[in-house]
Amino acid sequence: MAGITYGTIYAIVAIGFNIIYNATGIINFAQGEFVMLGGMTAVTLNQFIPLPLAILAAVVITTIVGAFIEIVFIRWLHKPSVLRMVIITIGISILIRETALHIWGESVKALPYFTGSSGSSINLGGVYISSQILWVVGIGALVVAALGAFFNLTMLGRQMRACAANRDAARLCGIDAGNMVTLSFMVSAAIGALGGCIICPITYVQYDSGTPLAIKGFTVAILGGLGNSTAAVGAGMILGILESFSIMVLPTAYKEAISIAILLAILFVKPSGIFGSAEAARLKEF
Amino acid sequence: MARRYLPVAAFAGLIVAIQLATFFTGTAFHLTQLTMTAYYSLVIVGLCMLIGYAGQISLGHAGFFAIGGYVTAFLTTFNLKLHPGVFVSLLSKSGMLVARPDAYGGSLLTVHPWLACAAAILLTVVIAYLVGGPVLKLKGHYLAMATLGFGIIVYRMVLGTGFLGAADGISDVPGFPLPAGLAITGNSSARVSNYYLAWGLVILGMALLLNLVHSRVGRALAAVHGAEDAAGAMGIPTARYKLNTFVLSAVFASLAGVLLTHYNGGIGPSEAGVMKSVRYVAIVAIGGMANLWGALSMSLVLNYLSLRGYFGTYDDAVFGVILLLIMLFAPDGLLRRHLLSDLKRAVSRNPAEEEAS
Repeated sequence: MAGITYGTIYAIVAIGFNIIYNATGIINFAQGEFVMLGGMTAVTLNQFIPLPLAILAAVVITTIVGAFIEIVFIRWLHKPSVLRMVIITIGISILIRETALHIWGESVKALPYFTGSSGSSINLGGVYISSQILWVVGIGALVVAALGAFFNLTMLGRQMRACAANRDAARLCGIDAGNMVTLSFMVSAAIGALGGCIICPITYVQYDSGTPLAIKGFTVAILGGLGNSTAAVGAGMILGILESFSIMVLPTAYKEAISIAILLAILFVKPSGIFGSAEAARLKEF
Repeated sequence: MARRYLPVAAFAGLIVAIQLATFFTGTAFHLTQLTMTAYYSLVIVGLCMLIGYAGQISLGHAGFFAIGGYVTAFLTTFNLKLHPGVFVSLLSKSGMLVARPDAYGGSLLTVHPWLACAAAILLTVVIAYLVGGPVLKLKGHYLAMATLGFGIIVYRMVLGTGFLGAADGISDVPGFPLPAGLAITGNSSARVSNYYLAWGLVILGMALLLNLVHSRVGRALAAVHGAEDAAGAMGIPTARYKLNTFVLSAVFASLAGVLLTHYNGGIGPSEAGVMKSVRYVAIVAIGGMANLWGALSMSLVLNYLSLRGYFGTYDDAVFGVILLLIMLFAPDGLLRRHLLSDLKRAVSRNPAEEEAS
């Protein structure tokens, strides 16, 4: 069960990577920081306002931060090289992390469980599981469904997909490609922040908890094939379950090293991902 | 020839001048941080060779630094007296072990620092070949992520391994004995000699790299950096050159790790951290990417300021901001010609123009 809980979060981070990758062809190394920022903001706001409002506000604030980052750092760059973008997003992630360190300090924070408490559990056909796990999996599924609907049914979502498929052609049809990129940063910041809020009662949150999540989210994104959000969900589950099994065999301290080793193995052997096709990968820029 | 070595001589002059200045102003304590700066500079010039000349990024060089430092720290503090055996007595007979008193009046039997250093470098070369082979086949995001991943694996390993001291690291590492009564040690009586030893090594490393840049290998690397496919078509074994440069820069980092560990008398897991790797890349970037002298001078200034604590709690933030500003406004690095015109071009290019293009 722990594997599925973590897997959901990895999948959410991976989907965040994919949205921005599809819109711009870049990997946003600051994706994990959105998750941290969402969790941290919600914890702080929850001291003043009720939990659902605090989560909503945290998502909105992180979305604004996402838009701000795109407008200040990304929008005006003229055909930047991949290496340059990698380093810029790493710089952004350091900036967010250090700002968080100076705002919140090094203390570990957590939201309360949405329903019940950390001790209580729900009987589900003879299996007792914590209520927060249901919240994580439920909201995770909801996010995936909502994104699917957004990209397939709404005008805005279709415009974003058009930009991802062929930016020049989309421009010719009158779509403002620049705004679509900003929007992709906002959407991926929003779902990252939501992910941060739902997971933080279980895993807690700290100023530097973004980086490991970003690496695992990237692992999942690669595992599922970069840009493929449906496969990312499956890949997230695989990594989450593999990780929880690895703890049985190896010391917990090596847990993170395991998932990175998996990442390296995939990169070396089949960079198109287990669900992706090698031909399609060759056409992508990276 | 003279033109190539003139800057080397000038730099040596600067190093002497700094020492004399601290001597006459009675501020010799600065030399401690300057010596540490020298070892970090060794990492940076090696990395500059990889990033600037071979065109490959590495976000995991702190990993190699830590491998060097941890191997030597472990071997020179691990008491073999408690683990007697055929192998240990064989090593002892061949003069590869040293006995020394420990802090509590007992005695230690450990591997000789020279042997430990050789083992560290050897291990680094093996790991660098094993990792570099597949990693350097990757490009762009994948290369960045893979090297970052390597760095994090090393960090997690040293942090999670009991005999490497976990979060505390390894302390009580002895000095590194050299001929003529010298030693690499943090002892304040040996401050001046250590300052010169460290910077002497950096100058030696620079001379080696400058020769490499101006040799057949350097020209081949320049071709690889410019257009890899074209270079390959001209018969340059691109994969081998990239790999060898990767290993060379890893050895520079590892050697720096070994010597700084002996100088500081210990090493901790933060040396393997991601922020260290990012910092090295930031300094190479601000130095001008393919500019060994730029990287070296920026390393001297920034590492020194950082080690003296001028950046306070904003230490990591300063390097993050530097990296961000450089990549936004001067992606080819700061210290180079045509900087002003490029800056003007970057600033004058407003979003409206970009939309139109």
